[in-house]
Amino acid sequence: MTANTPEMLSGGEMLIRAIAEHGTEYVYGYPGGAVLHIYDAIHKQDKVKHVLVRHEQAATHMADAYARATGKAGVVLVTSGPGATNAVTGIATAFMDSIPMVVITGQVMSHLIGEDAFQETDMMGISRPIVKHNMSVRRAEDIPMAVARAFYIAESGRPGPVVVDIPKDMTAPNEKFPYVFPKDVSMRSYNPVQKGHTGQIKKAAKALLAARRPIIYAGGGVISDHASEELTKLARTLGCPVTNTLMGLGAFPGTDKQFVGMLGMHGSYEANQTMHNADVILAVGARFDDRVTNNVKKFCPNATIVHIDIDPASISKTVSAHIPIVGPCKSVLTEMIEIVEKSASKIDQEALALWWKQIDEWRQKHGGRYRKDDSEKLKPQQVIEAAWRQTKGDAFVTSDVGQHQMFAAQYYKFNKPNRWINSGGLGTMGFGLPAAMGVKLNFPEEEVICVTGEGSIQMNIQELSTCSQYGLGVKILNLNNGYLGMVKQWQDMNYESRYSQSYMDSLPDFIALAEAYGHIGIRITKPEELEEKLAEAFSYKDRLVFIDVLVEPKEHVYPMQVPMGAMNDMFLSKTERT
Amino acid sequence: MRRIISVLMENEAGALARVTGLFAQRGYNIESLSVAPTDDQTLSRLTLTTIGEDRVIEQITKQLNKLVEVVKVIDLTEGNHIEREIMMIKVRATGATREEVKRTADIFRGQIIDVTPSTYTIQLTGTGDKLTAFIEAISIATIMEVVRSGVSGIARGEKTLAL
Repeated sequence: MTANTPEMLSGGEMLIRAIAEHGTEYVYGYPGGAVLHIYDAIHKQDKVKHVLVRHEQAATHMADAYARATGKAGVVLVTSGPGATNAVTGIATAFMDSIPMVVITGQVMSHLIGEDAFQETDMMGISRPIVKHNMSVRRAEDIPMAVARAFYIAESGRPGPVVVDIPKDMTAPNEKFPYVFPKDVSMRSYNPVQKGHTGQIKKAAKALLAARRPIIYAGGGVISDHASEELTKLARTLGCPVTNTLMGLGAFPGTDKQFVGMLGMHGSYEANQTMHNADVILAVGARFDDRVTNNVKKFCPNATIVHIDIDPASISKTVSAHIPIVGPCKSVLTEMIEIVEKSASKIDQEALALWWKQIDEWRQKHGGRYRKDDSEKLKPQQVIEAAWRQTKGDAFVTSDVGQHQMFAAQYYKFNKPNRWINSGGLGTMGFGLPAAMGVKLNFPEEEVICVTGEGSIQMNIQELSTCSQYGLGVKILNLNNGYLGMVKQWQDMNYESRYSQSYMDSLPDFIALAEAYGHIGIRITKPEELEEKLAEAFSYKDRLVFIDVLVEPKEHVYPMQVPMGAMNDMFLSKTERT
Repeated sequence: MRRIISVLMENEAGALARVTGLFAQRGYNIESLSVAPTDDQTLSRLTLTTIGEDRVIEQITKQLNKLVEVVKVIDLTEGNHIEREIMMIKVRATGATREEVKRTADIFRGQIIDVTPSTYTIQLTGTGDKLTAFIEAISIATIMEVVRSGVSGIARGEKTLAL
């Protein structure tokens, strides 16, 4: 074959070749009837490695976590019907958090579509509200372009999942086509913005320099656009406080003195106070989610709001921005730093000093504390703090959803972006373990902890088997309180402690269960054995260790915003509120 | 406030479902919707009328623009524009009302496009308001069937919605 003659490949081979050509190393999936041609194509090559999960949801979370850790789209391959519907939760999870992902779903043969064929489901219709885009392949020769565009759409602009639905006959092994990977994927109907409006950026810089009580409120957009360095530089130049959203943790160093903690429903006292009393808020890659703003009518009444976001629809959706800037965080922040540095006017240092004095008072008053003395049992917060010490604050931490997620967000101080991996928008229980697996597979030298609870872990516990198969040495930190903790907390606060279905009896022996899969199990029951046993767990470098920690079931997550209140209306403990 | 939003999008399977799905999913309201390919067969032009506060309308146009297959979106009601809708209405036309129906149709510059001894089918073109007014006026007769196309719109003057 000469260099100019394209190689003849089947649809299935073209699909895998195109995925490889994009630079993807792993595809996460599960075989089935409609994708068997594709699986055969996988078998015949060695560029793309396939990871076999035990449930398709796990495949999506693995791909998702890879994307969260790297910024590159993760790739999922599932069959039609139940394979596709099992992937739905994971697709929705990625969509809500703007995570790039390419999901290849098999489909029944073209001529059977619409006839209620075996394992047929309308994946285009089902996935439409939870994808950035989806496409159905009608001609096998379109496969390379479909793949190239899927990656382009998933990774550019505001990232998100893209579903490519491929009828089985499109991948037939005996029909060959000249394979060319498209270089140009441009589309006349899709042109994500590349740069912010300079006039608006100048206006924003002016407002920030004139501020007396400024704060930067940074979200997941900073992480997905790799703009943490620029954000940190701007914050240093201005000398102002910074708060991160749940999705933004690590965008600004968690141990920095300018960091006031996470904001929102379970944000720190000082972060919510600082927001509420600010005169200028610079929102970067954040979307004024209801779990942040509390009652929008009472939201930060005296603040001029500057909002940088790649997605115009995120601006003024819930809270009106005074100075909107549509553009990628990184390039807008770079331009803003330059303008601020060159500006003749400087921020009023005296006003800023007073502002910091006030913030420090808030910190003194209620900052980052929990009562250690009201229980003999281990506090979940102290377990997270111990894990932070043991891993020197440098691990990848994934979480499931509930109290343990909030404790991890509050007490594991992330100094780097892309290290905190959790389902923020959709709040998907069952996310943590497969997410940890996705990270560990791609970063085998790094410590990866899955912070979970006995409720969440059981939603994808079958993946302990996948971990055995691929030797994924993640550390599962199970904060076991015997309750669905967050549900219980709400029932304590709003339903006079009627624990309707929030108690889990007949829990398995997690140690025995881990061992049954060939892993190591360690149980921690007493505060005095915490450090030693955690150290032991982390000493098993390449092994999965299931650390079952029995923690105080009565513990609540505080602060907690008072429903329908302002940002700074908070319950601070079971007996105190602001 | 009532708005007429025009959307230029790829003439591809599923594109319309994305638009209607968006409205259903986000709780926006659609008063009318009409869609057909343009002179360029690869493009469809969709016109929809909706009612909402400015804030909601802003979200609608932004969300429409986010759809990958949407090329351009304009809110025609922001500037001078022409709107038209076509209606066909079948009425019972017997006895004394037969003449009255004909007269009313003439006043509205409607055309009778189908006749039987007992019915008239009238075609009427105009703004949505005009068509609604005609339905009220023609109520002297028994209305048997009404079919309206939904609003189409175009900006006045040099302004266009094209590639």
